[in-house]
Amino acid sequence: MVHQVLFIVFGLICVAGAVNLLVQRHPINSALSLVVVMASLALIYLLLGAEFVAAIQVIVYAGAIMVLFVFVIMLLNAGSEERSSGSRIALLLGVPGVLVLGCLIGWIMINNNKQLGGVSIAATDFGETHPIARLLFRDFLLPFEITSILILIAIMGAVVLGKREG
Amino acid sequence: MDIKTFIIVAVIKIVLVVFIMLTGVAYTTLLERKLVARIQNRWGPTRVGPFGLLQPLADGVKFILKEDLVPDNVHKFLYILSPMLALAMSLIAFAIIPFGDSVTVRGMTIPLQITGWGGASGNSDINIGLLIILGATSIGVYGIALAGWSSNSKYSLLGSLRASAQMISYELALGLSLVGILLLSGSMSLREIVKQQSNTWMIGGFNTHLPHWYIFPQFIAFFIYLMAAYAETNRIPFDLPEAETELVAGYHTEYSSMKFAMFFMAEYLNMFTVGCLATLLFFGGWHGPALPFLPPLLQAILPLLYFAAKVLFFIFVYIWVRGTLPRFRYDQLMAFGWKFLLPLAIANIIVTSFIVAWRA
Repeated sequence: MVHQVLFIVFGLICVAGAVNLLVQRHPINSALSLVVVMASLALIYLLLGAEFVAAIQVIVYAGAIMVLFVFVIMLLNAGSEERSSGSRIALLLGVPGVLVLGCLIGWIMINNNKQLGGVSIAATDFGETHPIARLLFRDFLLPFEITSILILIAIMGAVVLGKREG
Repeated sequence: MDIKTFIIVAVIKIVLVVFIMLTGVAYTTLLERKLVARIQNRWGPTRVGPFGLLQPLADGVKFILKEDLVPDNVHKFLYILSPMLALAMSLIAFAIIPFGDSVTVRGMTIPLQITGWGGASGNSDINIGLLIILGATSIGVYGIALAGWSSNSKYSLLGSLRASAQMISYELALGLSLVGILLLSGSMSLREIVKQQSNTWMIGGFNTHLPHWYIFPQFIAFFIYLMAAYAETNRIPFDLPEAETELVAGYHTEYSSMKFAMFFMAEYLNMFTVGCLATLLFFGGWHGPALPFLPPLLQAILPLLYFAAKVLFFIFVYIWVRGTLPRFRYDQLMAFGWKFLLPLAIANIIVTSFIVAWRA
C-alpha cells in the first residue's frame, strides 16, 4: 500500500519535472528540472528494491553529469530563450500524434498483459550490491570490459581533440 | 520493531541529532575562534559570558535579528533555494551515521542511528550507507554552484565556479580512497564496517594489541581521504572559493542574515560529517578500550564518548591546519588533485585488491 502511494507520488513528480523541463525558458531551470527527474527516478528504483542502482543514479546522473550541465550553462552565462510562435504543422501533426501513440501503448499494454508479466513494487534482493556485482563481473564480464575500453577510448579522443584546439 | 514504532523512534532520534549537531556547530565556531586565537597569540572572544562561552548564543541572536536583504537582480527562487539545499544535504548525511551500537529502553533495542533497524536478529542498517553520504555531498554541490550563479555578482560566480570545480575534482579522489576499505570489509553498511574493527590485529597468530582499525592497512587511503575531504569542505589550505583577498567572500558574498548562517552551518556540518566518516571507516567508530573501573552509567555511554572524542579530534585537526597553513594556488590545487591524489588512490586500490585476492 505504502509502496503504491510512493510510486504514484514520485511518478507524478518525475512527469511534472519532465514537463517543466520543456516549458521553462531559462536553460538553468530546465537543467534543474532534469535533476528532479533523475532524483525521482532514483527513488522509483529504490521502491523496486534496487538500492544500489538508486544510489548510483543519484551520484552519477543527478550529481556528476547534471553538475557539469549546470556548470557549462553558468560558464556560458546563457540567457533566457526567445520563444518562437511555433509552426502550425507541429501543432496539427504533433497533438494527434501524441494521442495516437499514447492510445497505442495503452492498448498494447492492456491486451498483452499476460505476456508482459507483472512487476512487483516491493523489496527484493535483485538490486543489491552483491547480485549486481556478480552479474557485472562474472556473467557479463566480457561485455562490461569492452564497454569500459570503449569509454576509455572516448575519453582519450576528447582529450586529444581538446588539446588540438588549445 | 514494526513500522509505526520505527517511525516514532526515528522522529525522536532526528530531533535529538539535529539539536545536538546544530549546538555542536555553534560551539565549534567558538572553539575555532579560541584555538586560532591561541595559535596567533591572542585571547579570542572573552566578553560574552565566562571565557566567552555564550558567544555562539549572541551570534545566533545576531543572525536572526539582522536584516534579511535580497539584492535586486538576483534569480529569486534559486537565490532562496540554494542555502536550503546546502544545509539540507549536509544534514541528510547524519541519517546514515551510526553514533553507537544500541541502547535498550523497556525491552526495546534502539540502534543509535537514525536509519538503523533494531530487531530480534540484531541491529541492521541499509547496505548502501556510504553511497548515500557520497550522493548527498554530490547533490550539495548544487547549493554552492547555484548560490554563486543566482546572486548575479562577479565575485559570487567566480567563487562558486572555483568551488564546484574543486568539489567535482576532489570527489573522485575521495570516493576512490574509500574503495580500499570496502574491499577489506566487503560491505557498504557503516555499522558492519565498524563491527569488523572491534578486535585487535593478529599477525600470524601473534596478538599485536593494536586495535583492528582500518587506518593501519589503509594509511595511504586515510591520507588521500583527509586531503580530499579538506578540499570538499572548502577549508584552508583549499579555501580558494572564499579567498577573501581575491573574491570578497566567494559564493556567499551576496547573502546576509540567516541565509548566510545556513551556508556557514552547512560548512561546519560537512566538517562533522568528514570527522564522523573518518572515525567510522578508519578509527573503529565507537570502539575503544574498556574501562571497567568506571561507574555503570559512564560505562553505558562510554562508546558515545569515544565516538565524540574521535570526531572532536578531527575537528581540532581542521582548526589546527587552518591556523598554520597558507592557501594553495589554483593551478597547484588542480595539479595536486588530478596528478597526485587520483593516481595514488588508484594505486592503493590495485595493491589492496591484490592483497585481498591473495588472501582469499
